[in-house]
Amino acid sequence: MSEERMPILETMHLGISFGGLHAVQDFNLKLYPGELVGLIGPNGAGKTTVFNLLTGVYEPTEGTVVLDGVPLNGKKTYQFVEAGIARTFQNIRLFHDMTVIENVKVACTKDIRYNLVDSIFRTKKYWQAEQEATDHAMELLEICGLADKADVVSANLPYGQQRKLEIARALATNMKVLLLDEPAAGMNPTETAELLEVINTIRDRFGVAILLIEHDMSLVMNVCERIQVIDYGQTIACGLPDEIANNPRVIAAYLGE
Amino acid sequence: MKHTQTKKRYLINFLALIVVFAVITLMGQLGGGTMKLKIAPSIWQCSYLIIMAASLNLVLGYLGQLSLGHCGFMAVGAYAAALISLAFQRAGFYTDKAGPAFLLVLLISIIVAGIAAALLGLLVGIPALRLKGDYLAIITLGFGMIIVNVINNLPFCGQQGLSQGSASSALYANGLGFSNDQKMQYLWLAALVVILCMTVMFMFVRSKYGRAIRAIRDNEIAAAASGINVSYYKVLTFTISAFFAGITGALYACCNAALATSSFAFTNGSILNSVFIVVMVVVGGMGSLTGSVIAAVVLFLLNYTIKNGAWVTALPSLLQNVFTYPMLVYSIALIIVIMFRPKGIMGSREFALCDIPRWPGWIRGYFTSRAANKAAKKEAKVHE
Amino acid sequence: MITFIQFLITGLRLGSVYALIALGYTMVYGIIKLINFAHGDFIMVGGYTLFFTIPILMNMGVPGWLAVLPAILICACVGMLVELLAYRPVRKTGNNLTCLITAIAMSFVLENLAQAIPAIGPDPKVPYTLFSKTYSIAGVAVSQATIITILVSAAIMVALYLFTQKARIGCAMRCVSEDKEAATLMGINVNHTILITFGIGAGLAAVAALMYIAQYPKVYTTMGATLGIYAFVAAVLGGIGSLPGAMLGGLMIGIVQSAANTYISSSMSDTFVYLILIVVLMLRPAGILGKNVGEKV
Repeated sequence: MSEERMPILETMHLGISFGGLHAVQDFNLKLYPGELVGLIGPNGAGKTTVFNLLTGVYEPTEGTVVLDGVPLNGKKTYQFVEAGIARTFQNIRLFHDMTVIENVKVACTKDIRYNLVDSIFRTKKYWQAEQEATDHAMELLEICGLADKADVVSANLPYGQQRKLEIARALATNMKVLLLDEPAAGMNPTETAELLEVINTIRDRFGVAILLIEHDMSLVMNVCERIQVIDYGQTIACGLPDEIANNPRVIAAYLGE
Repeated sequence: MKHTQTKKRYLINFLALIVVFAVITLMGQLGGGTMKLKIAPSIWQCSYLIIMAASLNLVLGYLGQLSLGHCGFMAVGAYAAALISLAFQRAGFYTDKAGPAFLLVLLISIIVAGIAAALLGLLVGIPALRLKGDYLAIITLGFGMIIVNVINNLPFCGQQGLSQGSASSALYANGLGFSNDQKMQYLWLAALVVILCMTVMFMFVRSKYGRAIRAIRDNEIAAAASGINVSYYKVLTFTISAFFAGITGALYACCNAALATSSFAFTNGSILNSVFIVVMVVVGGMGSLTGSVIAAVVLFLLNYTIKNGAWVTALPSLLQNVFTYPMLVYSIALIIVIMFRPKGIMGSREFALCDIPRWPGWIRGYFTSRAANKAAKKEAKVHE
Repeated sequence: MITFIQFLITGLRLGSVYALIALGYTMVYGIIKLINFAHGDFIMVGGYTLFFTIPILMNMGVPGWLAVLPAILICACVGMLVELLAYRPVRKTGNNLTCLITAIAMSFVLENLAQAIPAIGPDPKVPYTLFSKTYSIAGVAVSQATIITILVSAAIMVALYLFTQKARIGCAMRCVSEDKEAATLMGINVNHTILITFGIGAGLAAVAALMYIAQYPKVYTTMGATLGIYAFVAAVLGGIGSLPGAMLGGLMIGIVQSAANTYISSSMSDTFVYLILIVVLMLRPAGILGKNVGEKV
């Protein structure tokens, strides 16, 4: 290929401090389309804070996030999503009183093109758009293995399926970059294996870039192409899984010196 | 495929609404003493209570935000409608309240009432909805108080204007205020406004808008992370809710010979106050529009029988005293409902004609699951 | 100038009463995150208790203001009963919203119950006037009631602050408000602590009732609702959950009201009170001295 590969998501010197405490400092990341990168680090290292910076939950005190060449400074969370960054949450955040399919369709809202008048008079446009959204949502539920649970109220799903529903909901935003915050937390080995399959399918089908926070080292080492390690808000290592596994600084951060 | 079924349900509901409308219109034409003195005024009162409860349900049940100043919007609607009708009368646009000119004024004032309240809702909503939970409740309470207080101090509608003195009869003689005869004559209008408003609200909550606001209620952060513009949808819902509250204000102005701001205060002895509206929403079920309708009608009937029923005078005097202050009964009822059925009568379910054939199954299912629960508990006790 | 001083004194006196009531709101909010709408009605309970007990004490030859002791006792009991019968069961099953609605309903129950009891409601009653002496200092008329109100309020606030900082139960209260589960693990009886908080808060309302009727000798069933709403605005203004905030908010509302009455128009004073509240909440969403706790993602 003649032209150089453009990163889909790039952060430059990203940092945030809460009243003097530097939670994240000088965070640089390049994420290319179709790539799966792991973000690891000990508890409290600032991984979720990075996600919050990448989705506009927190506004960075320094640095920028650039998605597909467009800087996202000062934008709100929903604008980050519209631009193409979707995420899941470490502590599951579903719309617990709504059914599984409704959960997914909420994330389609920004792509459903009808207005108030259409919805009040139930115009053709309304029916069409709703049908499309339903079909799209069903397709995503199929991928995540939840198609038969479409009409179940999401609070009644077992834990592992709730995590998958979060992924399905994130997928429905038609993102370019997917951020997964500990998707395997609290899952048993079978569920983790299923999840791995889902993640692989997503990458193959949608060609999106995925950034993954995970504590399950076997999962991270298995699926990630590159890994970035942070500790006390600073990047301490960056590279291929094998390199990371043998990096003395990483070992020190996890086990203590 | 799924949607053809939905369309069929809509058709059945639509036909049912036409039947309801036809019956109420016919009732208005029939005449008769009880009809004129009791039933027609009751239908008018129910009409604004229903819309009021349903419109608050949009904010409280669907959006999950407690607004304690909802009656303020109703007050704005009521005064806007009353002033407009009086202005038209002064301009000589209509002279009697029977002709088509008056009907036109009636329609205009209803719509203007809604728009005036909606504008105010927008104005209040943009700053207020930045706050959440308890703070939102307080700030809406504050706005409601200010609205009422300001109206009271406006020279053209306050204490010396529409509500007291000689001008009070102006509304009745020249403006919207209906006599019982006119309430009969325009009974169809009350039914029509209720049906239209309820339909619009229903369509609103059963669309992407409704989904978005329920998502905000369930988890605001996740909603934002799903691409929902949280503040936009909050303000939109608040404005729409205020619009319908304004319309109820116009209906209220039709029902009453005079307006007084004290009727719209946060607390007062009458059936109409912000708290009582909250009671209706909670009892009916937060997140169920049909629940609000049912609760509004049931609570109205309860209120009516307590106020007018002969059975009350047959009670011992202490109990009679209790029933003189119906808010006592409602408040206790509210607490009991919250304790034993926190989701209200209907929960977040809707009443639907098409579901009636399935009721026996549901009821059976309810009892079998309850029996199963009891059996499981017994078993657990035995094992202990 | 004299008008100015007069208005300031009126404001301080009114504000002290509000501050006393606001303390009750703030303590309960601090511990269970509930705006206790019924708190205002505890004042009404206190007011009626005073109305009935002052003449009895006077007949016995005891100073009338001692009636505040039975009033505190009865208010505390009512406060604890409300917590036991309504709030605690609802807290178990419901969420914040249902708790708040229960509190509003409870306020209506107390008010309307009072109206329904023939000896109490529905007509206003005039209690015996206490502290009616008036002093004139440099041309400014100051009543004995004013001085006592301001002094007693200040003393109570200091005492309460020391109590929460130093006393065992006070520390338990702070623990429970920070983290209920951790408090339970540390051997604190959470429900017990909440009950005591309600008792103290309601007791303060009784003192406020005494101060209030010394100035405006009239008791009626909705007196608590009106007073309560101002006090509660004061608590929110200062930062609900913070004791110094309640004092600050109370004094502010008192002075604003008194200023509006003196310089503008008494019928518009409500608007100014709520306007101040709205402006402050817009600028500082948790009130002047409140801590803004965001949701952790």
